[in-house]
Amino acid sequence: MYVYDQYDQKIVEDRVKQYRDQTRRYLAGELSGEEFRPLRLQNGLYIQRFAPMLRVAVPYGLMSSAQVRMMAKIARDYDKGYAHISTRQNVQFNWPDLEDVPDILAELATVQMHAIQTSGNCIRNTTTDQFAGVAKDEIIDPRPWCEIIRQWSTFHPEFTHLPRKFKIAVNGAVSDRAAIEVHDIGLEAVQNDAGELGFRVSVGGGLGRTPIVGSFINEFLPWQHLISYLDAILRVYNRYGRRDNKYKARIKILVKALTPEVFAERVNAEWVHLKDGPTTLTEAEVARVAAHFIDPSYKALDDQDAALAALDAEHPGFARWRQRNTFAHKKPGYVAVTLSLKPTGVAPGDVTDKQFDAIADLADRYSFGEVRNSHNQNIILADVEQAQLFTLWGELRENGFATPNVGLLTDIICCPGGDFCSLANAKSIPIAEAIQRRFDDLDYLFDIGNIDLNISGCMNACGHHHVGHIGILGVDKKGQEFYQVSLGGSAGRDASLAQILGPSFAEADMADVIDKIVKVYVERRTEEESFLDTFRRIGVDPFKERVYAANH
Amino acid sequence: MQRIIKNGQLIDESWHLLPKDATLDGIPNCDDLIVPLGLWVEHSTALKARDGGLGVWLDAGEEIEEIADQLDNFQVIALNFPAFTDGRHTSTAYLLRNRYGYKGEVRAIGDVLRDQLFSYLRVGFDAFALREDKDPLDALKAFEEFSEVYQASTDQPLPLFRRRA
Repeated sequence: MYVYDQYDQKIVEDRVKQYRDQTRRYLAGELSGEEFRPLRLQNGLYIQRFAPMLRVAVPYGLMSSAQVRMMAKIARDYDKGYAHISTRQNVQFNWPDLEDVPDILAELATVQMHAIQTSGNCIRNTTTDQFAGVAKDEIIDPRPWCEIIRQWSTFHPEFTHLPRKFKIAVNGAVSDRAAIEVHDIGLEAVQNDAGELGFRVSVGGGLGRTPIVGSFINEFLPWQHLISYLDAILRVYNRYGRRDNKYKARIKILVKALTPEVFAERVNAEWVHLKDGPTTLTEAEVARVAAHFIDPSYKALDDQDAALAALDAEHPGFARWRQRNTFAHKKPGYVAVTLSLKPTGVAPGDVTDKQFDAIADLADRYSFGEVRNSHNQNIILADVEQAQLFTLWGELRENGFATPNVGLLTDIICCPGGDFCSLANAKSIPIAEAIQRRFDDLDYLFDIGNIDLNISGCMNACGHHHVGHIGILGVDKKGQEFYQVSLGGSAGRDASLAQILGPSFAEADMADVIDKIVKVYVERRTEEESFLDTFRRIGVDPFKERVYAANH
Repeated sequence: MQRIIKNGQLIDESWHLLPKDATLDGIPNCDDLIVPLGLWVEHSTALKARDGGLGVWLDAGEEIEEIADQLDNFQVIALNFPAFTDGRHTSTAYLLRNRYGYKGEVRAIGDVLRDQLFSYLRVGFDAFALREDKDPLDALKAFEEFSEVYQASTDQPLPLFRRRA
């Protein structure tokens, strides 16, 4: 992974000093609450329902074991012993004291981490495929490009006070596991017919109140021009994005208002001035960054299909886990393993300090000392030897990471919701738990197969409910918490937005509602048809009829 | 008298900023004036005929393209930040310096606070009229907060990747 040089380290250390002084001035009354607010937000510090919440940046989800141990230390020393993996691959601490944050940042800086631009109206953490660099279907490793974008976007002087937050995602594989089409900018690394590398550029995707799938405005941007083109897009947005209404301030509204074609023309008109200037990327820089992402020293191994099949036969639990929680690796004899952070009874994505320490040890012993956070709120050991898989499974079970539910209905994406977040209209964690308890039969879960169930506690959509095959949105009805259900969303390459089923439901009914929806699928599916396929074939009506029939 | 930051130092303000609804009536001939864009557009000939210094100021929604071919008339171009969270004029300052080659003073006015100054300096502002309740001496510290930057901008034509040792 990327390792800071003296320049990167200096910038992060200068930032710690700057934020320490900003905090001091706030506490001394030199900065008003209103003046301090954007400053703390650009450092990922929210004032939440009970305490501040600090979001630590995990660039494109990648962490070293030393960094994971630092998460454990911060959870222990400054928080209540746990933290939360966010839907944008970051790590959130729910209970730090505002006064302690400068010290936390100083600790983070010792392991090349920070909280820069993890909130606020600026360019946020760039996200990517959790299987980057190891996926069999990868064409181009997105990580060097994410790091180049990270450096460009860090304290960009022209784009620190945008109309609204700005999120960039990069994909380099055949499948899109980074959900690029629902980002402000989505970049797909591609090769042209001449074998040259470039990017397909999508703009104006996003969730929130006005969910929109992005529009591709450039089919092939040669890699040399990535930064100048991003500068051009951001300049058009910074100047012309709406600032009169925060709900209409995302770039998607500007793109829609202008039309993608006109927006693209504006970007090109800006870009002609910037193209081939000093921000043009050099082969030397790309090589410098890419050198941090070369393959680790893989052994020459063979795939262990027969041995693993024998273990499967002997240990059905292992077979089930292997089926759901492992992912094919590009190197023979290796496999990527997802640690499920979704056991029933634990808030989705929560990790304790002891678990962080355990993950760091596992990473050191099984996976070259690195892990990845996924936007599905799980943690991945990307480079595990197949021959060690059975032993690893045993260790994961001891630590509570072996729930065999990755990609299944109970692998729920869920925002912190009303239990923690002051924006939320409703709780989300108890809904997740109720559904997990209802679907406690593993055979049934396996039979149902892949379902993305996403829960957001409000229309800000941190739980990505619009792109869940089943989406749940917490709403407030006259002071009561209700839940709106939608179906048919997808964050993948065939990105689509979910359709609202109908009137919302009370908390107590939610497990029943999901149960009925799943039953319609099970009854109506053809062989090998996934939930999403069935929904796309039969439409929303059969689900509607079943779910609302009971009310009459 | 207000003091402003100019080229990293505190100096006494010598310019008079006219409000957005100012008219030509009673405008002094010899004072140094920063006039609103609308007044300039309406009365450029009369304003050019004065003996005093001339500057123009743009509100956040006003576009520099409107006067891009007239910049020689102004010793000062002031850009108003109605709120420090409104970053539109960071792009304007960049364009003034890099696209339109403006060499005169580019001044930040309005809700101008210490914690924005470093980025303002980077994009091309060289003068800062801090919000009146703030201490400009304290704000000078902002310029020393970072010793290295990643991006190319007005202050640093080369991105860090072209300068890394």
